[in-house]
Formats: sequence, C-alpha cells, structure tokens
Amino acid sequence: MQGSFFPYSIMIEAFSEFFANLGDNLLLLVKLLPVLLKGSGITVIVVAGAMLFGLTFGLPLSVVQVYGPKPLRWLVSIYVWFFRGTPILVLLYLIFFGLFWMLNFHFNEILAVILIMGMTSTAYQSQIFRGSLQSIPAGQLKGARSLGMSDFQAIRSIILPQALRISIPGWSNEYSIILKDSALAYAVGCKEIMSYAKGLAIANGNLALAIYILAGIIYLIITIIGLWGLRRLQRKIRIPGYSHA
Amino acid sequence: MNPENYVLCARNLHKSFAGKEILHDVSVAVGKGETKVLIGPSGGGKSTFLQCLNFLIHPDQGDVFLDGRKINSANKRELYDLRQQVGMIFQDFNLFDHLTAEGNVSIALRKVKGMSKKDAHARAIHELDRVGLSRRADHYPAQLSGGQKQRVAIARALAMDPKVILLDEPTSALDPELVGEVVAVIRKLAAGGMPMLLATHQMDFAQALATEIIFMEKGRIIEQGVPEALLAPGARTRTQDFCLSLNQMGNQNSMQLCCHSQAAPSPSAPEE
Repeated sequence: MQGSFFPYSIMIEAFSEFFANLGDNLLLLVKLLPVLLKGSGITVIVVAGAMLFGLTFGLPLSVVQVYGPKPLRWLVSIYVWFFRGTPILVLLYLIFFGLFWMLNFHFNEILAVILIMGMTSTAYQSQIFRGSLQSIPAGQLKGARSLGMSDFQAIRSIILPQALRISIPGWSNEYSIILKDSALAYAVGCKEIMSYAKGLAIANGNLALAIYILAGIIYLIITIIGLWGLRRLQRKIRIPGYSHA
Repeated sequence: MNPENYVLCARNLHKSFAGKEILHDVSVAVGKGETKVLIGPSGGGKSTFLQCLNFLIHPDQGDVFLDGRKINSANKRELYDLRQQVGMIFQDFNLFDHLTAEGNVSIALRKVKGMSKKDAHARAIHELDRVGLSRRADHYPAQLSGGQKQRVAIARALAMDPKVILLDEPTSALDPELVGEVVAVIRKLAAGGMPMLLATHQMDFAQALATEIIFMEKGRIIEQGVPEALLAPGARTRTQDFCLSLNQMGNQNSMQLCCHSQAAPSPSAPEE
C-alpha cells in the first residue's frame, strides 16, 4: 500500500485497537450514541422537508407534463433534466458558498439543504408521478368528462387518487435515496448524522470506524421505519379487489 | 332536418385523424322517445361519431344541437352543461377504479351538480336500485362482473338526469352470458322513453329496439330507415347484407332474430 492516498495502516491499527479494548470501547460508543442521535433528528427534518417539498412541487409538475400544453411540458422537461443531471453537492456549494461569496448572504444550513434536496427531489418525484398518471387508463378521464367534469375536477378527484396510490412504491424508493443523500449536507456544515459522526471520529480516532458503522446502522434504522410506514399506508389505502397497488 | 324538432342533432360532422377521413358529412338526429341504432363494420366511424356528439372528440366541421340550441364547444360552461345532459355509456365501462359502485354514481352529483354528500348518496342508491345493483353499492369495480360494471356505468349516467343517452357498443366487452342483464336494463330505458343513440353489433338487440337503423361504413351513412324496411324479406339493402355476413361468422343469436322474418334464410341458417 506504499504511496496509497488512503491511510489503510492507520485504519487497520484503529480496528485492532478497537477489539483489543472491546469492553471500554463499547462503553464509550454507548456514551457517544446520544450525540449521533441528536444528528439523526436533523437528518429526519431534512429528509422530511425535502420529501414534502418534492411532493408539493413534483405533483403539479407531473400533471403539467402529462396534461399541460406543449411549451409548459418543455419547461418541466428542462427543469427535470437540470436537477437530475447536476450533483446535489455542486448545487449545495453553489447556493451556500456561492450566495455567501456574491451577496454576503448566509443561508441557514438546514434550509439550504432542504431547498436544494427538495428541488432535486421535485425532479425525481415528478417522474414517479408522471409514470403513475400515465398508467391510469385514459378511459377514466373520458368517463369523467362525459359526466360534465372539468379536466381539473377529473384529474383531481378521479386520476390523482389512483395515481398517488400507485406512486407509493416509487416514493419509498425516493425516500431511501434521499435519506442517504442527506449525508452530503455535512459538507455545508449542517449538523446531521454524518457531520456528528465525522466530528466524533476525529476526536476519538481509535473509534473512527466503529462510529461510522454506528452512523450506518442509524441510517438503516431510519430507512426501515420509513419504509415500514409507507408500506402500512399502501396497505391501508389499497383498492379492494386489486391484488397489487 | 330541423334541429328544433329533436333532442340531440348532429349536422354535417366531419373528422379526420392524421389526414385519414374518419367521418364524412354525418348527420343524425334523435327525437323524444326515439332509439336510433348505428350499425356497420368496425372502424366505420360509429364510435368516433358518438364521441363527437359530446365533444370527447372535437369534430373538424359541423354542428351539434341540444334541444335545438347550437352548442359552442369553445365555451367551457356550455360544453360541460352539454356533457351533463348527454349520458354516455362506453364499451369498456370506464368506471372509476378507486370508488365503490355508489361512489362512481355519486361523485359527479357532488362535484358537478354540487349536491350534498347525503343527497348524492341517496340518489346513487336509487339509481343503483334501478339497475338492480343496490346490494352491490359498496363493491369496487374490481369486485364486479362485466355486466354489473356496465349497469353501474348506466346508473352513473342516469343519475345526471340526461336528456339523451349515447351507448357505444355497451355489450361488446361482455362475456356472452352477461349480455342479457345489460340488454334488459337498456330495453327498460327505451321502454321508458329515454332517447338513445346506440352503436352495436348485436342485430337482435338493434332490431328489437330501433326506431331507426343507421348503417355506417367508411365514415359515411350508407343507409338509414326503419328496421322493417331495411331488413324486410328480399330487401336488397347493404344493412341486410351486413346482417347476413354477421350470420355467416357464426353469430347465431343475431342471425336467428335478424332472419326470423325472411323468406329465404341464409345457407348457414341452422334448422330449428
């Protein structure tokens, strides 16, 4: 490993040290756990904020992209292309450091992360909803129109309730991706799980690996709680007689 | 034809899709208590024509009149009013999958007619009762048979108090044993004097109900007249040819009724 950038030897040393004093180290880890959990509160806020942001704006965008006039569809496509094609980290630096550098404006870290991840999630969620909207048989829109419903009424009370049900699996997927992406927030000083983990790892070098593993486990737990909740929701609003969705 | 004498009247409708002419100068009028039956080969424009009548498809040319009043389809209010007053039954039912039978019937009452939830519910149950499905009110479309679905669709249309009903091959997607229950409901409607425009391939049905048969092919009306004239023994009409060709395809049910009054049965007619 000579000349390698990554300090393998230090990691291996730390790892063996961890097991050499397993009892003491586990005790220390347990003491550090509340700090990490404090970060997980911020992570949950960031993820929930970004998901809700994406839902609020992604849903209308998907409706525009499926039912709207051509020029608006193109605008949505451009938005989606931009935010799906630009790394979240780049956007975070732009809005956080860029704004500070240009306008001396200090963005609240949490808000900045929610805004950027929300805008990115808007792009992804709009595509989840678009697929769902398109999967509802066109005949139902015809049926609604034939009763005198406006397109707005038909989409709102006939198409969307079904499309949203179908969207839950895709939404679960988006949730688990956003949760992990939220770890990027530490790069702008947002005090979430990863940022605390990094701080603790530096202060307790011999425990670094264990701390990161602990952080990973917390992510896994938050993931499974969210997915479990969404699956329950999916079961609860399932349309009787349908084996899926 | 003077639109003032009819409930629903279409005059000189034209429609093309991607340069292909689907409707050529089609005019049809339905008066009080009349049942007009559209027949003809598939792809002949029957379905397109019916959907032009309530502007689910916008005709390129021509006018639609309701109660003698010309509809300006560019005016949304006028368009939605027209659609409320013109019921439509589709081949594939087009029920709302996420709503119960009751919900399917009541939702437009609430959203379009602005009825209270309670009133809409009562009306929905009443309409479901009329089609014999009040006991299925809580069932979702996926829990209903095809015939039941189509009856819910009919109840849904009737709940809007339509002045005329358009039926686009209402029995074509049904299993043969389920056709009867839907036909019975439609017969009852016709007997009650509901003006109807019905596209169908079921000749027995057509002949029994029609006050006039309209034969459409390649987007044009080829023949029209009372069934007795078009299907009279020895009448050398296109309608009768079509009827006989249906027989030869083995549609025994329609053949027997179609030919029951004919002196010279087709070669394939089974012995009783």
